[in-house]
Amino acid sequence: MHPAFSIIFFTAASGIGYGLLAIAGLAAAFGLLPESRSLAITATVFALALASAGLAASLLHLGRPERAWRALSQWRTSWLSREGVAALATFAPALGFAAIWAFAGDAKVLLGVAGLLTFGCCVVTVACTAMIYASLKPIHAWRNRWVLPNYLSLSLMTGGLWLAALIRLWGFRAIAMEVFCIALVALAFALKEIYWRHIASKPSGTDIASATGLGRYGRVRAFEAPHTEENYLLREMGFRIGRKHAARLRAIARSLAFIIPWIASVFALFAAGPAGAASLLIAALAASLGVTIERWLFFAEARHTVTLYYGRDDADAGASSRA
Amino acid sequence: MTHVPEARAGQVKLGLVIDLDTCVGCHACATACKEWNTSGHMAPLPDFSPYGAAPDGVWFNRIHSYEAGEGVDGRTIHFPKSCLHCDEPACVTVCPTGASYKRAEDGIVLVNADICIGCKLCSWACPYGAREFDADAGVMKKCTLCIDRIYNENLDVVDRVPACVQVCPVGARHFGDLGDSASPVSRLVEERGGFDLMPEMGYRPVNKYLPRRDPADPFTPGAPPACETRGTGAASVTDPEPMPGAANPVLRWLDRILSL
Repeated sequence: MHPAFSIIFFTAASGIGYGLLAIAGLAAAFGLLPESRSLAITATVFALALASAGLAASLLHLGRPERAWRALSQWRTSWLSREGVAALATFAPALGFAAIWAFAGDAKVLLGVAGLLTFGCCVVTVACTAMIYASLKPIHAWRNRWVLPNYLSLSLMTGGLWLAALIRLWGFRAIAMEVFCIALVALAFALKEIYWRHIASKPSGTDIASATGLGRYGRVRAFEAPHTEENYLLREMGFRIGRKHAARLRAIARSLAFIIPWIASVFALFAAGPAGAASLLIAALAASLGVTIERWLFFAEARHTVTLYYGRDDADAGASSRA
Repeated sequence: MTHVPEARAGQVKLGLVIDLDTCVGCHACATACKEWNTSGHMAPLPDFSPYGAAPDGVWFNRIHSYEAGEGVDGRTIHFPKSCLHCDEPACVTVCPTGASYKRAEDGIVLVNADICIGCKLCSWACPYGAREFDADAGVMKKCTLCIDRIYNENLDVVDRVPACVQVCPVGARHFGDLGDSASPVSRLVEERGGFDLMPEMGYRPVNKYLPRRDPADPFTPGAPPACETRGTGAASVTDPEPMPGAANPVLRWLDRILSL
């Protein structure tokens, strides 16, 4: 699938934004959020700005962005529509939570309730984002049970690291939350590895023989394409990435998204003052960049069944997804 | 609405039956489709750099060619592909705006270009590559089964068929109601062992493909179609009279000429 920048930025940035709000809400419920008006405003504005920027970027992908409001209407059947509704609806509890944290931080019960509500809405939003992709049958790399846990864990992990970094930058410490983030990084890493193994090992069950129905005559090869040049179908769904690049990018994504953030956040546990804050900031920045690369791969490595008609997948099926 | 309408008893399912035995891969169906539809229901079908080095444009129908089998058993098979108007069209249910819909009355899958936002998700949801994005208008376009021909009272009844069916010089394309098991197209599918593309996807396409006639092929009895389904418009999808001397190709040809 064509890795469109607008969609990669949308899923990565809104994932971080909603993840940050979710972890802040959860921390509030456990009484782990420090009382600081400037921290509350900075963290929530940062999260909502990322979520908004992601949503705005997703509009760039549309052929008719001025009609985007229509996308809110079909939530009964469409995960994209549900995502839009959930993303916008989440702003209500999130703004309420932000206001309580900033201006009534001592009202712990109220803050906890608003926090849990925000957490729930954010998780639902990110789950809807994941389901847009996980519901598409023609794309084997997306239509599996690991996509949803991947999106959720990566969103909570990146958001959590940013919140932990901000709390440290404001001079507070929330050890329990930092330990929770370290565990999240490990969990997200494990889930991503399972996903990569899954798409490399499990065959899609669809090939050029069943796509054309000509398997009854023996091995099927594409002889001539309908057109000499690239068309929309091949540009949008026939994106090809070299095996070497995929392996290298996967190694970079592994390091940036998981290994560096894990080491940096473990280091921060034992480092007080600016060193600890700096290393958590490095963890958050690396994780954000790593997840962006991971998301690029999520698209670039995914194969659509339409490419079977062009004889593109039979020779190297699954090759680029093994790293 | 992106709900797929409930199929009723006797649901009309208009669609195409494509005979891979007779298709010669001439691309006339694709050209006639482009010609009709560029000023039809989904018009225009834009072309980008049509006379340049890399021409590109929107087509509803594309003709692939395949080789299957090895050696003396190998065959070259021309393979036209357009929207299959599926019974389970995920392209419809994923649409966030309701622009994509399946008609309750005849099962045709259409796009309302006035409300489509051009998110392209429907083209991702279609395993067959039936939908193409019109970068000029910013909306998705697709085969309409020539909805502006098949019900068009300004056309003669024999012309009320999709442009691709009308133009096919070898009669490899058949149009009719596949929801009616007694219709000529349904009987053709039955007799020739018509099949679905990617049945494992579960989209339940309405359009069917007929395998090659081959006496040695266990999938086909080698019999010619029992009836002629070309040129029978939606308004008159009826059981045609049995042809005299259906087994004799000369008589069949005469029958066709005289029926015009």
